[in-house]
This record gives sequence, C-alpha cells and structure tokens, in this order.
Amino acid sequence: MIIRGDILEYVVEMLNITKDFPGIRANDDITLKLQKGEIHALLGENGAGKSTLMSVLFGLYQPDKGSISIKGKRVNISNPNIANDLKIGMVHQHFKLVHNFTVTENIVLGKEPKMGIGGMNLKAASKKIKELSDKYNLNVEPDSQIQDISVGMQQRVEILKMLYRDAEILIFDEPTAVLTPQEIIELIKIMKDLVKEGKSIILITHKLKEIKAAADRCTVLRRGKVIGMVEVKETTEEKMAEMMVGRVVDFVVDKQPQKLGEVILEIEHLNVLNNKKVLGLKDFSISLRAGEILGVAGVEGNGQTELVEAITGMRNITSGSILLKGNDLKHRSIRKRIEAGIAHIPEDRQRRGLVLDYSLENNLVLEVYYRKPYSKHGLLNQKEINDHANKVIKQFDVRAGEGAYSKARSLSGGNQQKAIVGREIDLNPELLIAVQPTRGLDVGSIEYIHKRIVEQRDSGKAVLLVSLELDEILNVSDRIAVINNGELVGIVDANDTDENEVGLMMTGINRRVTV
Amino acid sequence: MKKLNFNTLIVSLLATLFGLIAGALLMLAIGSNPIEGYGYLLQGGLGIGLKGISRLGDTLAVSTPLILTGLSVAFAFRTGLFNIGAAGQMLFGGFCAVAVGLSFNFPQPIMIVMVVGAGILGGAVWGIIPGLLKAVFNVHEVVSTIMMNWIAYWVVYYAIPTFFKGEFLETESRQIPALSGLRIGALSDLFGGSVINLGLFFAIVSVILIAFILNRTVLGFELKAVGFNRHSAEYAGINVNRNIILSMMIAGGLAGLAGAAQYMGNATSMQIGIMPTQGFDGIAVALIGANTPIGAFLAALFFGILYTGKGFMNANTSIPPEIADTIIATIIYFAATSILIERAINWFKKKGKRGAKNE
Repeated sequence: MIIRGDILEYVVEMLNITKDFPGIRANDDITLKLQKGEIHALLGENGAGKSTLMSVLFGLYQPDKGSISIKGKRVNISNPNIANDLKIGMVHQHFKLVHNFTVTENIVLGKEPKMGIGGMNLKAASKKIKELSDKYNLNVEPDSQIQDISVGMQQRVEILKMLYRDAEILIFDEPTAVLTPQEIIELIKIMKDLVKEGKSIILITHKLKEIKAAADRCTVLRRGKVIGMVEVKETTEEKMAEMMVGRVVDFVVDKQPQKLGEVILEIEHLNVLNNKKVLGLKDFSISLRAGEILGVAGVEGNGQTELVEAITGMRNITSGSILLKGNDLKHRSIRKRIEAGIAHIPEDRQRRGLVLDYSLENNLVLEVYYRKPYSKHGLLNQKEINDHANKVIKQFDVRAGEGAYSKARSLSGGNQQKAIVGREIDLNPELLIAVQPTRGLDVGSIEYIHKRIVEQRDSGKAVLLVSLELDEILNVSDRIAVINNGELVGIVDANDTDENEVGLMMTGINRRVTV
Repeated sequence: MKKLNFNTLIVSLLATLFGLIAGALLMLAIGSNPIEGYGYLLQGGLGIGLKGISRLGDTLAVSTPLILTGLSVAFAFRTGLFNIGAAGQMLFGGFCAVAVGLSFNFPQPIMIVMVVGAGILGGAVWGIIPGLLKAVFNVHEVVSTIMMNWIAYWVVYYAIPTFFKGEFLETESRQIPALSGLRIGALSDLFGGSVINLGLFFAIVSVILIAFILNRTVLGFELKAVGFNRHSAEYAGINVNRNIILSMMIAGGLAGLAGAAQYMGNATSMQIGIMPTQGFDGIAVALIGANTPIGAFLAALFFGILYTGKGFMNANTSIPPEIADTIIATIIYFAATSILIERAINWFKKKGKRGAKNE
C-alpha cells in the first residue's frame, strides 16, 4: 500500500450518482471516491457508464440523483467552467487541438495572457509552459505546430493544458487508445510523476495491463452499476476482467492446427510514397498463403498505412508489384480489388469504415449495394438490403437501438466495429486485411473479433493483421512481419518468439538473419 | 423505409411561423393592422375571393423557377456540395433556351422539347465546370460557382445585344415567339390569362425524379455516401470524383431548367445586366425545405405566395411590399439557426416527460 498520510483525504466524492437517458439508466447509484495523490482507475466495458460518470463530474451532464463533493465541500457543477474553477481537468480521448496553432497558442486558448489593448503575451506563456514541461519531463516544445508533432506529443499538450490551468484533479479518458507501446510506458511514468507532485488522477480505461502498471485502486463498472472497488496490488488481471465482463474471459485465442494453402498475396519490392511525398514503404516484400494469419508489427507511422492503402488501391505505388492469386493488381480500381476478394477492416472506423449518417443497413451494403440482389437495373431493393442487414446483425451480435434502421453514429464503438467486421467477413474474402481491428474496444468485443478473424484463417482464407498492440499480434498471428521506418526488419514465427524480440525488432534491430 | 424526421418538419414550420410573427410585429410598428395585411397578402397570392384564378396561376409561375433552384441547391447539398452557382446556371441555361427559341421555328411540341433540353444542357455545362475543378484540382465549389455566376452574367451581357438584339431596346432580346415558349393557350386560359406555363409541369416532374433518385436508386446511394463521408465512400470503392462531377451536373441541369422556365415561360424576352434573384433564393428555399425535394417544393410555393401577394397588399393598405422580403429574411434567419429551435423542442419534450413523471 502507498502511505498517504494518517487521514485519508478524498478530493472527489461522487455519492450515489444516478443519471437517466431516454430508455437507459447510464449511471445507477454509483459512488466513486478519489483520494489525494492516487491514480484511481475506472474500469468498464463500452457503455458501462464511465464516460457518463465523468461527464457528470466535468459538468457536461447534471445527475438526476446523488451529490458531488470536492475536497469535502458539496458542490453543484452545472457547467465545465465550474469544473475548471474547481481545478478539475480532463484529457479527452479525441484531442481538442487546433492543428495549425502552436503548442503555446493551443494551451492558452480561452485563457489568453492579455497585454495592453488586444495584445497577447505569448512569450511569458511559452516560458511557463516550458517550465511545466520540464518539471514533469514532458519534453514538449512550446513553439512547434500541432500538425508537426506526434500523437503522443499532442496528448502531452492536452496534459499541459490542464497543468497550465492549475488543475489538481486530472481525468484521463482512454489515454492509451492512440498510443504506441513505448508512448504508453512513458505516459504511465508521467502520470506517476504527476501524483508525486500532489495531483490526483482518474484513469478511464478498459486495458487491464495498464491498470496493473499505473493505478493504485480500481472501481469496476458494469451496465451502469458499481461492481466493486479493488486495491490493484491485491488483485489480478483475470479477476478484474471477470468483474468487468461478468464471466471468465479467455485470454488465449484457440486456433486449429494450420493447413497452409496456395499463395494468396505476393508483394515484391514494393515502394510507396507517404503523404509527405517521400518513400513511406521501401523495397517491401512479403508473401501470404491461404490458411495463415500474417501479423504486421510496428510502431505507428512506420509504413503500415502505406502498405495497406497500396494493397487496397487507395494509394498509388511507385514501383514493385502486388499480386493477388498471381494477378497483378496494379491497374485495378478499389472496387475491382474488392470484387477480386480483398476485404479490409480499416484503421479508422469512423473516418473510413462507416458512413456515420447512414443507417446500419446501408452501411452493411456499402461495398455491394450495386450488385444483385441488393439492386437491379440501378434501383435499390430495400427488402434485400434490410434482410442482409438483419442477417449480419444477428450473426455478428451487433447491438443497435433501432436495429437495421439505426444511424451508424448512434452505435457504440464496439458495435460499430462489429458491424464492420461482419460486413467484411460476409464478403467471404480471399484476403482479409484487418487493421487495428480491436482498437479502443472492450475485452468482450476483442475476444469476439479475434475469434472471427481466426475463423477466417481456419476456413482456409488469408488474413493480414496490422496492429500496434503487440499482445494482439502475438496472440493471433501465425507469422509476424516486423516493419520499421518503411522497411521489413524480418519475419518470425509467432510460436518461436516473444514480446522482447518483436519489441526490439520494432526499433529496427534484428538479431536473426532473415532467410 | 425510414420514418419521417418530425423535428425537421416542426423546425421548418416554426421558422415560418416566427417569420410571420415578426412580419406582424413590423406591421404593428408602422401602425397597420397585421390581420388586414396578411389577409390581402394571402388574397393577392392565392386569389381567394378575387375574380378568376389568374393570381393563383401567377403564384405558381413565380414559384416554378424557385422550386427548381431550390431543388438544385438541396440536391447538391445532400451530396456534400454547396451550390452557390444556381444563379449562373439558371442564367446560362435560360440563355441557351432563349437562343434556341429565337433561332429555330418548329411546331411548338418540338420547340418545347428543344428549349427545355437546351436549358438543362446549358445549366449542366455550367455545373460540370465547378464539378471538374473540384474533382481534379480540389477547387472549392463555392469559389468556382460564384465565378461562374459572373461569367454567365457577362456572357449574356455580351451575347444578347450581339446576336439577339431586340427591336426597340439594346438591353433585351427580341420578343420570344408565342409558339416557341413554354406557355400554352389552354393553360393560360384555364388560369384566366395568367403567365403560368409548362415550366411548372417540368418542375413537379423534377421534384419527383430527384426524390426518387435520392431515395431509391444506386446512384442516389452513391451520391449521398460521397456527400456524408468522402473517405468511406472511397474506401468502399465508390468513384468519388465521378460522383462529384455528376452531382454538380445534375444540380446545374435543374437550375438550367429553372432558367428555361423563367425566360421562356414567365418572361417574354431576356434582359441583360440582371443576375436572377431566384438563384440565391434557391439557397433559402433549400434551407427551409430541409434539403428535401418535397420540402423545397413547399417552401418555393410559400415564397411564391409572398412574392405575388405583396403587391396586392401594398395596393390595398399602407404596408410597404418590402415587408414580404423582411418576412422571408426572418424565416431564413430562423431556419439557419434551427439548432436553437431544435434544442428548445427537446427541452420542452424533456420538461413534459418530467412533468408527467411527477404527477
């Protein structure tokens, strides 16, 4: 146990909070107490009520019942400004930054240091930010523009935003969803430094490993209710997972013995430009056979996007070749490639994967609407589209309020992802490209999606799995290709390697000689 | 099919109601009786209680180009494009129609087909150019369509006096022969000598056709997908650029048809130096019509009543006709801030629910 003084001091006490939305009780009599100087994890699946509870604390929602006390004083947080005044700060999952502003400009936004008439004293702000950055080892350069810095750095800017406003209570909403393994380790270190300096942290997450590494205590939510509060040191990941999901969770993915088939995908000497018009993928060669899952491991931005977009046809290649079952894909359109048997679970489900304002049924025919039986002579067949949607919804357990008619936007992240996975697997593809298929999902959904991907393999299809989650790559893949700086570092057998080796290869070092 | 979105309907109706209330307050402020004013406005617009139904016919004729420009803007908007160029497309489409009408002399049925075809084609060309610019060079359509407006304006300014000069005036074209235009005797007679013409028929067909395309066809599915999210449309194998060009072409064609209806139906000659206001009113029509074809149709009819009725109101009371424009402006204001109305509705709903619970 960490000793926090003789008397336990609660900086936040949320007592018996209940919050109703039309048709659903998002928070049901929830009590959460945050001690000074602790990292308190809030664990729960998507839709368990974590975000609602934090929105109540941050003044975005008013609770229907219950009370909130900050440092022992009963408060009424009716809007986020009051939360700010109470020194509550939040790092949102999706950063709220202006991309063509500098770090300093972003941080002072809304609290500009005024000077004279209409002037702004950015220099002083910049200096203060530099001091804060040094104090907490954030290494943020106050004068760089947001669009030029990495996602991990952008998150630190969000942290600095809170510190600049002297926040004492920091809420981190799924902070690691967008980070690389290294960045996650660094973030945990930063959080520990913050509590050492007297800050208190609420960490919203569903990643058990990170709770184990970072948090002191953990409150588990399920379906809007508190299941329990545990001391992290005295519990295990399995125990917490069981509390969260409500049943025992399988961490190991069951796979049938491998039956390798013909070569499905053959990539030779592929060179692809990235968005900055320099080579993002260099002389890259892999081959993938039916009945296997090839994992592509690497730190974000090392050529994975270029690789996937080159195969799917969304990006032009500079040189090299991509063969699907021996046929050159070079001059084929995206649609022709889909028809040839490539399915793609995209990295960003909201930007690429779904038309959020379309109904679920329309989204589920997004790639096949023009084919029979979904349309004939240019006219849509609503009944077939609806039947198809209901079939996929049932098969892949997609939960949506109004079924096939629900707007994709109204679905939770996990259900959006299940819908995409269902749609792509329903194409019955020769090659399934799954990019970050479980990003930001809860344990239950991850388990489910992994199972479906492995089913593809077992039924004799080829799967290319691109992921930043090393655990996912190691658990699901048969072979692992490691990519660094756009180059293939090496390919290893998943049964014959471990986190350390792959992690090292991700930095560009290969101890083995690749054949 | 999806259920109708009642909130949008209520928002549009409330915006209209607020506009009318604002108009009534203004009438009160200048010492007039709003009930009397609106009475005359409606009477003038619909011709109720007046001899013959020519006023109703005129209202429908005035509404016709508005239906089509509103439809043009709404259609483009549904596919993710902001067509500010309906005015130019209408002008150029109208010019092409006039040019055909003044150059050929066939029996009227053939002329009607040719004139309407020329209008649609001219407008489509004026729409395709911004579409191509957007697809190929990523030029924003707001910029390019505004430029196209002025290009159309000056083309007409040059071409009408040069090729189709009127007998008496330098600033307008020759009179359009009765048998080349869209007016047909039987219809005019039915409406007591009104300027109503076949343009209305084409407008109604267009409304039905566009609603059908948007809701029932593969083309509509693609166009809307591109409009909602280009990135996912591209991912799904939809040819985004082709759809942008196609959408601008159709939007331009609709506005071009508005031009044919205006210059070959409502008017009897084409004047130079005038940017048709219907192009910009189309934006308001689409906005109030919640970007749906049927909504645009109803909004355009309402505008038609106000525009036709305001003169009658002015003749019978001391209320200036500009009141009608003020009402329209206020409605646009409320429609544009519809989010506030929607919030208010939700707030009332919530309150109602709570009240019911407490009882």
